[in-house]
Amino acid sequence: MTAAVSFRQVSRHFGAVRAVDALDLDIAPGEFFAMLGPSGSGKTTCLRLIAGFEQPTAGAISIFGERAEGVPPYRRNVNTVFQDYALFPHLNVLDNVAYGLMVKGTAKAERYRSAEEALALVRLPGYGARRPGQLSGGQRQRVALARALVNQPKVLLLDEPLGALDLKLREDMQEELKSLQKALGITFVFVTHDQGEALSMADRVAVFNEGRIMQVGAPQDIYQKPATRFVADFVGSSNVLPPDFVQRWSGQRRWGSLRPEAIRVNRGDAKGSEGVAARLVGTNYLGATTRLALDADGLRLHAVVPAGSALPEEGEQVVLSFNRESLHLMEEGA
Amino acid sequence: MRADRNQSAPLPLKIAATCGLLFLHLPILLIFVYAFTTEEKTFQWPLPGFTLQWFGVTWNRPDVWAALSLSVRVAAISTLIALILGTLCSAAVSRSKFFGREAISLLVILPIALPGIITGIALRSAFSLADIPFSFWTIVLGHATFCVVVVYNNAVARFRRTSGSMIEASYDLGADGFQTFRHVVLPNIATALLAGGMLAFALSFDEVIVTTFTAGQQQTVPIWMLEELIRPRQRPVTNVVAMVVVLVTLLPILFAYYLTRDGDQIAGSGK
Repeated sequence: MTAAVSFRQVSRHFGAVRAVDALDLDIAPGEFFAMLGPSGSGKTTCLRLIAGFEQPTAGAISIFGERAEGVPPYRRNVNTVFQDYALFPHLNVLDNVAYGLMVKGTAKAERYRSAEEALALVRLPGYGARRPGQLSGGQRQRVALARALVNQPKVLLLDEPLGALDLKLREDMQEELKSLQKALGITFVFVTHDQGEALSMADRVAVFNEGRIMQVGAPQDIYQKPATRFVADFVGSSNVLPPDFVQRWSGQRRWGSLRPEAIRVNRGDAKGSEGVAARLVGTNYLGATTRLALDADGLRLHAVVPAGSALPEEGEQVVLSFNRESLHLMEEGA
Repeated sequence: MRADRNQSAPLPLKIAATCGLLFLHLPILLIFVYAFTTEEKTFQWPLPGFTLQWFGVTWNRPDVWAALSLSVRVAAISTLIALILGTLCSAAVSRSKFFGREAISLLVILPIALPGIITGIALRSAFSLADIPFSFWTIVLGHATFCVVVVYNNAVARFRRTSGSMIEASYDLGADGFQTFRHVVLPNIATALLAGGMLAFALSFDEVIVTTFTAGQQQTVPIWMLEELIRPRQRPVTNVVAMVVVLVTLLPILFAYYLTRDGDQIAGSGK
């Protein structure tokens, strides 16, 4: 099957800065794909390479089998939802949504009908006559979405689409985007620095760092089996374990990771029992869970325990235990 | 500071402010008043009599019409040149980064920072060096130097307020460069261009110094007025023309002011 988007050894260098460096990537048709990474990791440049706003310094990009290098943005069947929405302030909502059809020369009645349909799709029916300035942030986001979808793109690009929304709205939009993507079957590629957002929405996640992809995989794989220390650290709050520590438990001298919820915390001394002696240095109440900060002989660890369990006092000695299979060995060697 | 808004200003300040405003504007009113006097050789106060005859006399003077028409044509064409060049230049400076960008934006603004007499002398010597005879077009060129600045300043300010991703959004939605300019860029900078154009027109219309250096035998309205003041013949005709000039230049400036004030709201509404 042809990939929706395919990168072969793609680089985009700005002078000495390697924004994207020799990247290989395949995004399957109909996939909800997340590009996750800190700012400056190259994820947005990647998105702009797909949109056509940037041209690769080297390598080949194809979109549904068609070569994309040198093709201007307006000749690509790809649409973008911009971070600041980029709605046209001088046009009303209906004309904003119909813009793509208007420049293609679609007849007025037809493009307005399609635009109304797109507005209904994002649950903003009847908002056509308003100006973008009269809408709330969440509504503008929906208009931007409708404006992109009305062109029936093969790939929809979303640049930090939920970044400007408040928490409640963000959670609602996450679900809505996800169900919209399922209903339409369009390939969604979205860029985010929020690991929670990436894990909850995407079918597959690519973790970016310094212009390279550190790991690509299903959210579960990324979360439970991080390939490198960077991924373990960036995607949530995995405990990164040094090779010495890992060797004691698994026999292999490699970096390891351990999810905080896999750690059991028992009161008492380590003497006789099999476990890691540690001291509780702090507790964070998170509602459904409590996050414990622990100090195991200089190694800083975090454990998450369900709410309601009996908690040791701060400063108390505890014994940590975990199942050996929950200790994940990373690809990164010592 | 907000509490001060409801407080009345002290009386001496009010008197001083009133005197200042009168000092600024009374002479202009006087110009209007003298347009209705019956005395044609000197400016006599109080007016010896009231008449409307000078409006008719002005209407029938061919030299007035020649000067007015020349001024309007010069202002219109220099404004047109300024609109094209100023827009292009502001787009380049605000939309892209290139070597010497800051230098260009300084060089464009320089003509209004420089005294008009320098611009005038420079242009005159340049024209004679290149053997260009003084004509309508030399005046237009001289005026365009400072008209470009006005348009440029207005357009650059608007470009800075327009989100750059809007243009990318237009490309993204399938519009090519021309369509993007026509449907997105132009509507967003239109009021700024109109305002800049009107200011440029007004500036060009009452320009004296650069014009004296770049005009041949032709007289624009301000130059014609200077000549009239030296030769006392039908003096109130000058006042009638002055009234017309005030109207022709003041109205566009007021209109431009309202346009750019609205423009803030238009550009800000997308944020």
